[in-house]
Amino acid sequence: MTRHKLGWNVLMAVGAWSTPVIVAGLFLWLLVDVAIRGWLAFVPGSPDASGTGTWLQGPGQIVQFLTSAPLRAGRAGGIAPILVSTGLILSVCLAASFPIGIAAALFLSEVVSEHHRFGRFVRCSLDVLAGVPSIVFGLFGNALFCRLLGFRFSILAGGLTLACMVLPLLIRSAEESFRAVPISQRQAAAALGFSRCSTLFRVVIPQASGGIAVGLILGIGRALAETAALIFTSGYVDRTPTSLFDSGRSLSIHIYELSMNVPGGNRNAYASALVLIVLLVIINALAQWLTARFLQRQILPI
Amino acid sequence: MTRRNCTPFGWILLIWLLAVVGCGSSESASKSDSVAPQRITITGASTLAPLVGEIGKRFEAGHPGLRVDVQSGGSSRGVSDSRNGLAEIGMVSRDLKPDESDLQRFLIARDGVCLIVHEKNPVRSLTREQIIGIYRGQIRNWKDVGGEDSAITVVNKAEGRSTLEVFAAYFDLNTREIQADVVIGDNEQGVKTVVGNPLAIGYVSIGTAEFNREEGAPIRLLPLEGVEATVKNVRNGTFPLSRKLHLVTKLPPEGIVREFLEFATSPQVHDLVKELSFVPIE
Amino acid sequence: MFRSSNDQRLTTFLCGSATMAGLISLLIVVFLVLESIPALSHIGLSRFVTDASWHPADVADQGAFNLLPIVVGTLLASAGAILIAAPLGILSAIFIQFYAPGRLGRVYLQMVELMAGVPSVVFGLWGLIVIVPLVARVHPPGQSLLTAVLILSMMILPTVAMLSHAALASVPREFLIAAAALGFSRGTTIVCVAVPAARSGLATALLLGLVRAVGETMAVVMVCGNVTRIPSSLFDPVRTLTATVALEMGYARGDHRSALFVCGIVLLMGVAGLVGASELLGSRRGHDPA
Repeated sequence: MTRHKLGWNVLMAVGAWSTPVIVAGLFLWLLVDVAIRGWLAFVPGSPDASGTGTWLQGPGQIVQFLTSAPLRAGRAGGIAPILVSTGLILSVCLAASFPIGIAAALFLSEVVSEHHRFGRFVRCSLDVLAGVPSIVFGLFGNALFCRLLGFRFSILAGGLTLACMVLPLLIRSAEESFRAVPISQRQAAAALGFSRCSTLFRVVIPQASGGIAVGLILGIGRALAETAALIFTSGYVDRTPTSLFDSGRSLSIHIYELSMNVPGGNRNAYASALVLIVLLVIINALAQWLTARFLQRQILPI
Repeated sequence: MTRRNCTPFGWILLIWLLAVVGCGSSESASKSDSVAPQRITITGASTLAPLVGEIGKRFEAGHPGLRVDVQSGGSSRGVSDSRNGLAEIGMVSRDLKPDESDLQRFLIARDGVCLIVHEKNPVRSLTREQIIGIYRGQIRNWKDVGGEDSAITVVNKAEGRSTLEVFAAYFDLNTREIQADVVIGDNEQGVKTVVGNPLAIGYVSIGTAEFNREEGAPIRLLPLEGVEATVKNVRNGTFPLSRKLHLVTKLPPEGIVREFLEFATSPQVHDLVKELSFVPIE
Repeated sequence: MFRSSNDQRLTTFLCGSATMAGLISLLIVVFLVLESIPALSHIGLSRFVTDASWHPADVADQGAFNLLPIVVGTLLASAGAILIAAPLGILSAIFIQFYAPGRLGRVYLQMVELMAGVPSVVFGLWGLIVIVPLVARVHPPGQSLLTAVLILSMMILPTVAMLSHAALASVPREFLIAAAALGFSRGTTIVCVAVPAARSGLATALLLGLVRAVGETMAVVMVCGNVTRIPSSLFDPVRTLTATVALEMGYARGDHRSALFVCGIVLLMGVAGLVGASELLGSRRGHDPA
């Protein structure tokens, strides 16, 4: 019996410890590759896999890179308008998907029983939605938001399309975490005479904030990482948008353009990728902090 | 006991939502672009999008209040969008098909197509028969054409691309006959494939290849029919393989659209064309 | 149940949101069907499996529309990806939850979250510039099923890992305390108590990861080789349904374009099949009486 236990333990420990080594190793390889090539774009005269032309020179230029507009089809200049567009697209996406997502998740976990037919239909529908390829979303978004609803190529269309993509992740992880809140909590709230509204907002949601944060981060990650869906909806224009109905290029589209379409764009593609990764770190931290601050604060630890 | 208890979080969310939408409702969707457009929308081939984008920016500088919006999506989208009015102008990186002859076309640049191999590959030129043999899969080893003893990795372009059609037409190849080991989409992907595989051979735009080679990419452009593959040779007409890049409109253009098209086909943009490695029309 | 009108309004709002969320995929299905009607009527369903090859733009000769090699490509690439990402993802979650000391777990989780946001373009670029040449040295051409599987598994791993972690983290503490009280070792606790308790969440994680692998586009286009042949080895190039749509949509006209929407329908059917299968097999247990 002891030998069995040892076997399990050793196997599990080996597996559990070697996995992060493998995963972190691979990911750090990618990060370091992007970081080096991206950083070299800011160092004058450095040879780079893509060549010797230096359109960005000097570390001081990082600020200029972040605050000026692209020149020469993106091979020179900066990415300021693109950052603005990306921010707006992300905002629209979150603004549309968060309320609907949380509400739908609440519906699935609180209002209907698990085997209720409508609940199962919605869940299946969302799982299918999670598997729709991004390019199909792009074509669908183009047909629905750009043409049928008349938004044309716009940030609004892009954000709404992304919201559709993000919903399944958000809803599923929120639902799972709502389900994990013990039923005793709800019973206690009912015993205290809480209304449904209060139970949900004061008891269930704060306790599930961890799962909501996960869904949010996965959603933001997916939204920022999207390329194919946005090419057909929010478009290609690299000018600073003046309204939500303007077309605006997102950062990942810019990276794709520069690396795959514009000769000599490799440098700035990697620099933009570096900026994106830094942005991701900041946004993830922000999302964690926000959920912790606003949701978890409702619970007083005993 | 039945007090309303919506969290502050919910209110903050609502205000944010209103702010974002509110800042967006200043300019309504511009459907009324008919008489004096403040915006010209151009969609079509991704190959042309960077060039037309730059031309558009230069045109905007001379016409304050005007916006030239360039969108990507492919030559077919350029044709269909200009036909159904979603765009004023379409970008098409190929010759127009017979069923597209109702459109007005304007040539803005030419683009040569050449074969590239890795620098380490000792092969310096290939005859027409050799190229056809390689792409048909009849010649499989580099040693049969003067190289080392290794299998050839044939790189082809995806169906529907104009570079493929131009290439296949020139060599009298049926697209079905081509036996490829790798199929690529854009020119840059082709260059990166050849850079990463010393045994690869592919065909890409001359401008892209030349640019990358000058940047230090380890590729070699193969001459065709004895003519060196350079942008200069495409320009003076000696290089035999090239494709035409067009802007199209549904009806004969008027007003600001016509001004733009005249600008785009004028010598004023030749420097932009050259900078993006295309060949300006004379 | 509804004591106040607030509650009623809330429930209506919740119901409405869920309906909206559930309708989106229906709309997409309708859209795809509408767009693929031309292909289905001109070309006919049987040609999609019986034609000689996939050469849809060969208009002179009526074109060839065999989707089978492409479907096989999608299956192989996604299956390979989930085979790698599932153990790595779940073990990552187990590591963070049960083995990592102090801050190490948090740091690793944040790294995984970062991975979730890296664009497919960046993964694809890295794959094309770094991984493909390495594979090419072993066995040309480099762009192959193997590279596609590697890149795909890296891309879906964060989804699997993060959702698994959320599932494991929500296992009630009492279970783990009880297991400790019974003298279970760590390995036994994990395998016999935590994982079964979290199995619905873990199943969700795997399903969403697999489904994401099926739908991934940009990165796959850059590294899979895109040749429409059934691969005979891991080093052979392969083409997936998503890559086909991405590569050809911009340049496709008429029936070709419509045929690409048929690809989209096949994809959706595959995903729906997976989801349906998991519904039938899955034992989704929600509230465990604590």
